Amino acid sequence: MSTVTLRSFEETLEKYDPALGLEVHVELNTESKMFCGCPTEFGAEPNTQVCPTCLGLPGAMPVVNRKAVESAIRIGLALNCQIAEWCRFARKNYFYPDMPKNFQTSQYDEPIAFDGWMDVEVGGETYRVEIERAHMEEDTGKSLHVGGATGRIHGADHSLVDYNRAGIPLIEIVTRPIVGAGAKAPEVAKAYVAQLRQLIIALGVSDARMDQGSIRADVNLSLAPTGADRLGTRTETKNVNSLRSVERAVRYEMQRHAAILDAGGTILQETRHWHEDTGITTSGREKSDAEDYRYFPEPDLVPVAPTREWVEELRATLPENPTQKRARLQAEWGFTDLEMRDTVGAGALALVEETIAAGATPQAARKWWLSELARRANDAGVEVAEVGVTPAQVAEVQRLVDAGTINDKLARQVFDGLIAGEGTPEEIVASRGLAVVSDDGALGAAVDKAIEANPDVAQKIRDGKVAAAGALIGSVMKEMRGQADAGRVRELILEKLS
Amino acid sequence: MPDTSGSTASARVEITRAEVAHLATLARIDLSDAELDHLAPQLSVILESVASITGVAGDEVPPTSHPLPLTNVFRDDVVVPGLTPEQALAGAPEVEQQRFSVPRILGDEQ
Repeated sequence: MSTVTLRSFEETLEKYDPALGLEVHVELNTESKMFCGCPTEFGAEPNTQVCPTCLGLPGAMPVVNRKAVESAIRIGLALNCQIAEWCRFARKNYFYPDMPKNFQTSQYDEPIAFDGWMDVEVGGETYRVEIERAHMEEDTGKSLHVGGATGRIHGADHSLVDYNRAGIPLIEIVTRPIVGAGAKAPEVAKAYVAQLRQLIIALGVSDARMDQGSIRADVNLSLAPTGADRLGTRTETKNVNSLRSVERAVRYEMQRHAAILDAGGTILQETRHWHEDTGITTSGREKSDAEDYRYFPEPDLVPVAPTREWVEELRATLPENPTQKRARLQAEWGFTDLEMRDTVGAGALALVEETIAAGATPQAARKWWLSELARRANDAGVEVAEVGVTPAQVAEVQRLVDAGTINDKLARQVFDGLIAGEGTPEEIVASRGLAVVSDDGALGAAVDKAIEANPDVAQKIRDGKVAAAGALIGSVMKEMRGQADAGRVRELILEKLS
Repeated sequence: MPDTSGSTASARVEITRAEVAHLATLARIDLSDAELDHLAPQLSVILESVASITGVAGDEVPPTSHPLPLTNVFRDDVVVPGLTPEQALAGAPEVEQQRFSVPRILGDEQ
């Protein structure tokens, strides 16, 4: 692999404007495939979910899965798209062993959904991402490359193909070029994919697991000199399979393009592959003759012509629009704009919502997720949703705090226990001996000891300087390893020194 | 290249030698210079003959890709049994790890 020079991100932005384009493939969660009745289970033994249709055997005829069309229309509606009154499937012809038919059944110039938009929020600013189209197609088989270095296609001796995935319904969602994001381009790309994923989850049309490839993003990027009214030559980066990678891939390609352009070079319009481990892209197939797909209407399938009644029935099944939902929740919870923005920005909106549903107050839910748990997620380098604590557990911890069983400080140790898998919050309080002591006998002894050890402070309090009690409370808490009921300790000190 | 989408058509269709060569490459058919010289004019004649049909249809006849006036033929999202892996792989030239073994796809990276 040749060494690639990169411009710094700042230098890139001084001279160029980035234009983004995102193509997101969503694998639908239908029971059966797009054009045949084969199951779609992830991780099945190779070639156990195949039939003559998805293997492209002669004479096999495809029939469209109604549920997949419904999901496509619902995705289109949720993205504010028009739904075609009449559209067809098309054959995308290419020779590649991942499709045994030598073509992929897709849609070409007649997508089922088109001309939509989605508002994406980044750092308090809203970017409207225009959706060019969302079309139906089928997934391809999975190849295993043998004999080369680290399973890569280049230099492989031969490849092994599993067609379980071939024919699983896919919806490809394509944006129009997103211009004007400047330095925010990497974040806008990430936020778009993240928000689209949330929408897909809310619609319930896909597992939406990026790690399993049920949502896959291709990132198109081009640079134009600042202020130019045309777009530069773009590259299409494939294999971007996490939200963080979307951001990194955009940033990397911006810097790579800038270095080439600055050196007087030209950008090759090509497909590039993202490498998660090294954080770079490498050249894939060049866009040339090899990508002349000779689309033509699929003669084995009749057109799809969704009636307006059907479309309206499906519209009625849409979940609440995310923007409206956010406004509703903010009002219900009494959050300030800043609190709401921080909650969304931390990726904790759904977590806070579930924690409140499990019985916590909005402020308590926000406090735990945005401070204690966000900090731990950050330390571990994971999203806050992956920190290892559930909303129900957070609500339970807060219940123990409200009941006086533990205080906030001890609650942190309960979270330690939860992350370590030591059981329920109550079990952890018991097994770690974390309960607050409010028993006067034990507290009284500790208070006496503190008074004895700090005669000067004790004298001040006797002289009426009640504020000095803080020092003695601290001393008692230390003695009790933080497990004392601070309110009761204060009362005892004041009683004894009055 | 001729428009195959059915949206436009003219009676006069020509296919050049270069187009035939390009299509042959896409279809992985190895044609010699002599074969290209021979085939290109013949394909033009065939396409012209087919295109003459468009002269018959008036403006009121829309182009179509299907002879039947059918739309919305769907199946329910129900799993039906397919093939066993043994059946599926029965026609494979080579099998390895219960997968179809295919020759190398790309050459070495440049």
